[in-house]
Amino acid sequence: MIQKKAMLIDITMCVGCNECQKACKVQNKLSDVEEKKLSPTAYTALSEYDGVFVRRQCQHCEDPTCASVCPVGAFTKTPEGPVVYDVEKCIGCRYCMQSCPFQVPRYDWESLNPRIYKCILCADLVKQGLPTACSEACPTGATKFGNRDELIAEAYERMKAEPGKYVDKIYGQKEVGGTSILYLSGVPFEQLGFKTTLQQTPLPALTWNVLSKIPNVVAIGGTFLYGIWWITNRRDEVRQYEERMKNNGHDQHDAPGH
Amino acid sequence: MITRFFKQLTVWKSIGILLLLAGGASTILRFSQGLGASTNLSDEFPWGIWIGFDVLCGVGLAAGGFTLAALVYVFNLKRFEPIVRPTILTAFLGYILVTVGLMFDLGRPWAIWHAIIMWNPHSVMFEVAWCVMLYSTVLGLEFAPVVLEKFKMHKTIKILHSISIPIIIIGVLLSTLHQSSLGTMYLIMPDKLYPLWYSPYLPVFFYVSAIAVGCAMVIMESFLSSRAFKRSIEMHLLMDVGRLAVLMLLVLTIMRALDLVDRHVLGLLTIPRMETYMFWLEVVVGMLAPLVLLSMKKVRQSETGLFTSAVLVIIGFVMNRMNITITGMEAWAGKTYVPSIPEFSVTLGIVTLGFVAFYYIAKYFPVFPPEHGAADGGAHTPDQDWHGGMNESSRATVHTVR
Repeated sequence: MIQKKAMLIDITMCVGCNECQKACKVQNKLSDVEEKKLSPTAYTALSEYDGVFVRRQCQHCEDPTCASVCPVGAFTKTPEGPVVYDVEKCIGCRYCMQSCPFQVPRYDWESLNPRIYKCILCADLVKQGLPTACSEACPTGATKFGNRDELIAEAYERMKAEPGKYVDKIYGQKEVGGTSILYLSGVPFEQLGFKTTLQQTPLPALTWNVLSKIPNVVAIGGTFLYGIWWITNRRDEVRQYEERMKNNGHDQHDAPGH
Repeated sequence: MITRFFKQLTVWKSIGILLLLAGGASTILRFSQGLGASTNLSDEFPWGIWIGFDVLCGVGLAAGGFTLAALVYVFNLKRFEPIVRPTILTAFLGYILVTVGLMFDLGRPWAIWHAIIMWNPHSVMFEVAWCVMLYSTVLGLEFAPVVLEKFKMHKTIKILHSISIPIIIIGVLLSTLHQSSLGTMYLIMPDKLYPLWYSPYLPVFFYVSAIAVGCAMVIMESFLSSRAFKRSIEMHLLMDVGRLAVLMLLVLTIMRALDLVDRHVLGLLTIPRMETYMFWLEVVVGMLAPLVLLSMKKVRQSETGLFTSAVLVIIGFVMNRMNITITGMEAWAGKTYVPSIPEFSVTLGIVTLGFVAFYYIAKYFPVFPPEHGAADGGAHTPDQDWHGGMNESSRATVHTVR
C-alpha cells in the first residue's frame, strides 16, 4: 500500500525567510513577486503574528470537502495524499471556495477564463517519490516532508523532548478528520489565525448522510404519491359511475372494474 | 409609430424597460470584463446575490408549480384547476431564469454541461443540477399542452395526456429532492454559517418554506394577473391556498423554534450584533406576521389582507435565503459583502424578464380560463378553444383513466 505523505510545519523553527514561497513559485511557474497572502500566484504565503511566522497553503484534507462538493469531480485526493484540481472539468461554481474549512482555494476574478488555484503538494514530484519543492528549500527544517504516520510520531517526540516548548496539539492531526499538513506551535493556534473550532470528523459526511437517503425518498415518496392518486382517482371513478347509474336507473349493476 | 409607443408607455412599462436596459449593460460588463469587474465577490466571499437570490430564491419562488400540481392531480382537488396553468407557467419561467442567472455566476459557463457526464454523486450540487435539469423538462411537458392547444396539435396532447400522472409524480419527487437539497448544500459548512441559521434540519426548513412561498407566489401572481388582464380574482381558491401557506408557516415556526432550543443557541437571540437584528427582522416580518395574519379568517377573506400576507411570506423567504447566503457568512469570512450595481441590475433585469415573459405568454396562449364578459387584454383565445382544451388537454396535463 502507498504510504500517505505529509508535511510537518514546526512554527517554532520558522524564521520567515520566504524560501518556501520562492521555491513554490519556481516549481509551479508563477510570477516571482513576494506575496503575503494566498493568491492565484501564491500557493503558499507567510503571515506574521508578533514575530511568529506561519506559512499557509492547502491543508490537503484526508477526506477533502472540496472533492466532496464539486459537482463535476474536479478535485481528487491522490493515493499519496495531495489534493489535485482538474481545470478541464471545472465549471467555475466556486462551491469549493464556499465550503473549504480553511478558506484556501483562490480564483482569478479578473479572467474571462477563470480557474481555481491552490497548492497541489507537488503531486507530480510526490508521485515519483520525491519531496515537495518547499520542504526541500526550507533552510531550517521548519517544513519537513515525509510519511504522515512517521511525522506524527516525530511531532509527539519533539513535544516530549522539550516539554513546555509546544502547545499540546498537532494542528491537522484530527481537524475535519485529519489533513496532510501538520503544524506544531509554541503559541496557541487560535492566536495565529488558525480555525481551532473545526469538528474532528470529516465534513463530507454531513451532506452524504442526507444524500444517501435519496433512494429511500424516491421509493417511499413515489409509492406514497401513486397511492394517494390511486385512492383519490378511484373515489372519483366510483362517484361518477354511481351518478351515471342513478341517471340511467341501472342501480343493480356491479361497481366499475378497471 | 413612435408616438404610439410613447402613448402606451405606462409607469410600470418604463420601469421595466429601464431595468432591462440596465441589466443588458451589466450583462455586457459581466461577459466582457469578468466577475471581478462586475461583482463585489472575492476569495473570502465567493457567493453573492446571483446564487443567493437568482438561484436559491428563484427555485423556491417557483415551488408553487409542484405544490399545485400535487394538489390538483395527485390529491385530486380539482377545484384548483383554474390556477394550475398560470402557476406552472410561473414555475417554468422561474426555472429557465434560474438557469440564466446561473450562467452569469458560473466562471466557466460554457462548461455547464459537464455535470451531465462528469459525475460526483457525493456532491449536493451535482444532485441539484440533475434535479433542476430533469424538473425543468417536466415543467416543459406540463406546460406543453397550453402551447399545443394554441396550435391545435391534439394528437400530441393525447400522447402527453397518457403519461401525465407519472410525469407529475416524478415532478413532485424531483422538487422535493432539490428544494431540500438547496438547504443540504449548507450542511457542509457547520463552522461557517452563523448558528442562528445553521441547522442539521436545513433541508427540511428549505422544503417547508418553499411550499409556503410557493403558495404565496400563487396568490401574488393571481392578484397581479387580475390587475394586468383585468380579470376577476378566484378568491375562494386563493383563500384555501392561503390556508395551506399558514399551515406550512406554522410547521416551519415550530420546527425552527424547537431547533434553536435543541442546539442551545437561544442566548444568541439577544446579543447585539447584525446577525441578531437580521434574524429577528426575518422571523418577525416574514414568518410570524404572516402566520398571525393568515390564521385570521377575516384576513384570508379580504383581498388586501391576503395579498399583503402573501407579500410578507415572500419577503420573509427572500430574507431567509439572503441571510443564509450573506449575513450568516460574513462573520466567518471576516468580510462584509454588498452586491455591486451590476449584480443588482442583472438580478432585477432577470426578474423583469420573468414578468415580461409571463405577460406575453399569458396574453397569447390559453393560460387563464376564459371569463364571461372579460374586458379586453385578456387571453385572446376563443372560448371553444379553451373548453376544447379542458376536455382534451387539461386532462392531458392531468390524468387520464376515465
